[in-house]
Amino acid sequence: MILLTPLAHLGRATLALFAMTGRVCIFALEGISHMFRPPFYWREFFTALMQIGWLSLPVVGLTAFFTGGALALQIFAGGARFSAEAVVPQIVAIGMVRELGPVLVGLMIAARVTSSIAAEIATMKVTEQIDALVTLSTHPMKYLTAPRVLAALIVVPILVGIGDIIGIFGGFIVGTQQLGFNPASYIKNTVDFLEVSDIVSSLIKGCAFGGIAATMGCYFGMQSGRGAQGVGQATKSSVQAAAVLILAANFLLTSVFFSS
Amino acid sequence: MITLKDVHKSFGPKQVLRGINLEIPKGESMVIIGGSGTGKSVMLKSVLGLVAPDQGQILVADQDVTKADRDAFLARFGMLFQGGALFDSLTVWQNVAFRLLRGSLKRPKSEARDIAIEKLRRVGLTPDVADLFPSELSGGMQKRVGLARAIAAEPEIIFFDEPTTGLDPIMSGVINDLIREIVVEMGATAMTITHDMTSVRAIADKVAMLHDGVIKWTGAVSDMDASGDPFLDQFIHGRAEGPIAAVR
Repeated sequence: MILLTPLAHLGRATLALFAMTGRVCIFALEGISHMFRPPFYWREFFTALMQIGWLSLPVVGLTAFFTGGALALQIFAGGARFSAEAVVPQIVAIGMVRELGPVLVGLMIAARVTSSIAAEIATMKVTEQIDALVTLSTHPMKYLTAPRVLAALIVVPILVGIGDIIGIFGGFIVGTQQLGFNPASYIKNTVDFLEVSDIVSSLIKGCAFGGIAATMGCYFGMQSGRGAQGVGQATKSSVQAAAVLILAANFLLTSVFFSS
Repeated sequence: MITLKDVHKSFGPKQVLRGINLEIPKGESMVIIGGSGTGKSVMLKSVLGLVAPDQGQILVADQDVTKADRDAFLARFGMLFQGGALFDSLTVWQNVAFRLLRGSLKRPKSEARDIAIEKLRRVGLTPDVADLFPSELSGGMQKRVGLARAIAAEPEIIFFDEPTTGLDPIMSGVINDLIREIVVEMGATAMTITHDMTSVRAIADKVAMLHDGVIKWTGAVSDMDASGDPFLDQFIHGRAEGPIAAVR
């Protein structure tokens, strides 16, 4: 009997995971369906655009810049072991655009936006503001979830594009100021090496990660328990789930785009 | 106007409502009293459709609440929440005019703002409050804004959830008087839940005592003191001794 206890725990955890996956999927589909059915809350949509996009620019820019710079140093040092220092511009470009740009922006959005959405909606739930919305004939999914998810789907790819450019610029600064690369040839190598499919895959990843980040924030906010502990738990769970799902989706999308 | 027939509701193993039967005629102010955790809020939220009953039927104007068109149904209601439940991201006037700025009751922005300011005046707040955010207001002011929001669209039915909780006795008196005046003036049907006996006497036409998931006593507020019901007597006199266990 004692030997079966861990298996029982594992079984319960697995069932709980499947049940939650199902609930999240239904929630996401409901959120998406509200994007296409009036009424549309444009004020909430534009506020979400500002919150998720414009106000995330500093953290995205700084993260991408330093990562691009560090990547250039690592590639230069690693490449020196087999006389391949010259590939710094190409590897920085491909690394930033295909992987690091989308993933870092996604994780930054998970940290900054998912947590903020979850905490805001959870607080609204705890203080009965969600119930108040319903009594005022306003569907919470339509008013709170749909504008945020739609804004994230639109603005996160743009952030990823900006992050890619700033990351490459970080590599360019380090490459030309510290590693002795010629600026003109650095830019030429970068532009020549990048393909349209690299950029498209980066933007698609951004779109997927934005959707995941906003959906997780809304879902865990709506599911929040009571009191400060409930809000804290919802916030923590939302960021954890968003981060893991973003990394899993990144693997999946990378497999789809580049496995051949 | 509002009829509850054998309404049951459980949360997991906990049975909160065990067969509620209650009738609130049109234009009457019914106050539901009862200890904390006896299911008063659940009952109120069941009528609004925020909580789905497990069993029983709730009728509003002879229409089953589960079968009514949600928007049209909710347009008949106004509700004052216990904590105000004002939207933090909106200004006071936008909170008050929320229903008038969207949906089937949508009006032009300037007209909605004018109505909001008039409703704020009605609850004793000056127009300069209109552009403040809820976080800039005291608890009493937030309750008044919540009250203004509840009456903004001139509903037929108004619910008040613990309207005086957290307020000092003077502000409680102000809110009680406002509720009574507004309900009489609008001819609305009102349902209030509270355990503040001063509120009960100020607001109620009729009182219903909820205990252990059922209505133990119901009658006119004037009959309350001479009811002879041991549950009601213990509650209205605030006695620790009696059929209601002090520790629940």
